Amino acid sequence: MALADETAKMEVRGLSAFYGETSAIQDISLKFPDRKVTAIIGPSGCGKSTFIRCLNRLHETTPRTRVEGSVLLDGENLYQMDATFVRRRVGMVFQKPNPFATMSIYNNVSAALRFNSRPSREETDAAVIRSLKQAALWDEVKDRIDSAATGLSGGQQQRLCIARALTANPEVLLMDEPCSALDPIATAKIEELIAQLKNDYTVIIVTHNMQQAARVSDYTAFLYLGKLIEFGPTGDVFERPKEHLTESYITGRFG
Amino acid sequence: MTFDRATRRKWFSHGMVVLTGLSIVVVATPLVWIIYETALLGGSVFNVALFTQGIPYPCTPGNGITCHQGGIVVPIEGTLILVGLAALFSVPIGIGAAIASVEYGGQRRWARITGLVADVLSGVPSIVAGAFVYALLILYDPAIVFSTLSGSLALAVLMLPIVTRACEEALRTVPHSVREAAYALGISRWKTSVRIVLVGALPGIVTGILLAIARAAGEAAPLLILLGNGCAHSLQGIQDEGCSLSYWIWLGATNPYQNWANLAWAAALLLVLIILVLSVASRLVLDRMARRMRGG
Repeated sequence: MALADETAKMEVRGLSAFYGETSAIQDISLKFPDRKVTAIIGPSGCGKSTFIRCLNRLHETTPRTRVEGSVLLDGENLYQMDATFVRRRVGMVFQKPNPFATMSIYNNVSAALRFNSRPSREETDAAVIRSLKQAALWDEVKDRIDSAATGLSGGQQQRLCIARALTANPEVLLMDEPCSALDPIATAKIEELIAQLKNDYTVIIVTHNMQQAARVSDYTAFLYLGKLIEFGPTGDVFERPKEHLTESYITGRFG
Repeated sequence: MTFDRATRRKWFSHGMVVLTGLSIVVVATPLVWIIYETALLGGSVFNVALFTQGIPYPCTPGNGITCHQGGIVVPIEGTLILVGLAALFSVPIGIGAAIASVEYGGQRRWARITGLVADVLSGVPSIVAGAFVYALLILYDPAIVFSTLSGSLALAVLMLPIVTRACEEALRTVPHSVREAAYALGISRWKTSVRIVLVGALPGIVTGILLAIARAAGEAAPLLILLGNGCAHSLQGIQDEGCSLSYWIWLGATNPYQNWANLAWAAALLLVLIILVLSVASRLVLDRMARRMRGG
């Protein structure tokens, strides 16, 4: 599972995660290349979500969970850093859009900045505009920036959540099935956005949609029953899978 | 005339509807009756003087004697101060306990313990809470045992479980996804709890506080032990003897003076109105704030 001359932004070594005594993923090792999109695919319940929730240490916020192994960010083990600081460097977008319902659009996007530091009004304004533009939402919301975030459509809410994650200025952006609650047009917009984002960020996206993985990603990892079955450039994984299981899954024989 | 089965069923159904309707009337009757009776008896002295004047010299009219009506400004002020202080003591502690149990409950053991403590505490008879504060303060400083301060401490003990329970429930209604969204932005657990989750729970918390205040405002038993008798003259400091609407109702009702009895009824009417307003307000707050927070 070697990578072709890419620098690894994040490296996972022997990662296993547990809920109580039940293990959700077992002994996963792989390298996420810098400023590329890596898709994680696999059937429901194979541990995709659990896996990326270990990459920003969100897994451990659920009671009675445990993680073994290590995750290196620029060579440094996340599990030896302060979890709060890890999450500022590794942002996340969730399956269902989850804007803060009590906050306006502006306050949602600026949340990371306002809660984690004491920015001036100018700094906050600049960051909000930059993030909203990066998330391709600025034109749609610039006239109602102080209205409730929950008044936006589902697709807009999800782009708002992406903007909100970008304001924290992360290096890696995790996306946990970001389009599964969206219609095809909203999905297309998010996919375009991902293509833009990889210029600045390392993107790791979980998806149950194989066409989406093929469209947006540079690398693909296939997980099955908590194990990493195959990892490599997306073209190779989809066209010339090395493993029989991968081929069966991709050709729709199970899943 | 013979009844077939369907007709029998229909009449049985009608009969049960009438019976359940009647039980609603039976439930509502005491409430309407109490409001009617207090309005009738207390309403006769409901005027501006009631809110501006102190308790009058005790007097019963007759034999050419006319009595000064007076007012209940002292019991009104007393209740406001008592309830205000009790809220000041109980609200921060209640919110703190709820955050500790819901947000930092960990293995849910703490959550269970806090819940159990709150339930047991809310089952403590109010007179026992009064006796408890009495026993506690008499060891500390006998001079302040009979005071507004000690009365408010007893009320705080009674408000505490209501506030704690309401806050716990309100915090639990905030979806876990909100906490995860905040954690994922690198916002610390404490800031997430206090500045995001707590804000989301605000409608439920305000409702709980209003209901606790309504409960405390109507409470009399511990105040009979702890308040001393500060009703006759204007209120002094919180370490001096105090007065409350509930205390005054008891005093006016148990003394044989007509003008005091009238004012006791006026106090009763006012107290019923206050509690009515608080109960309705708590409902409105919940609806209004919850709707605004959903962004509607």
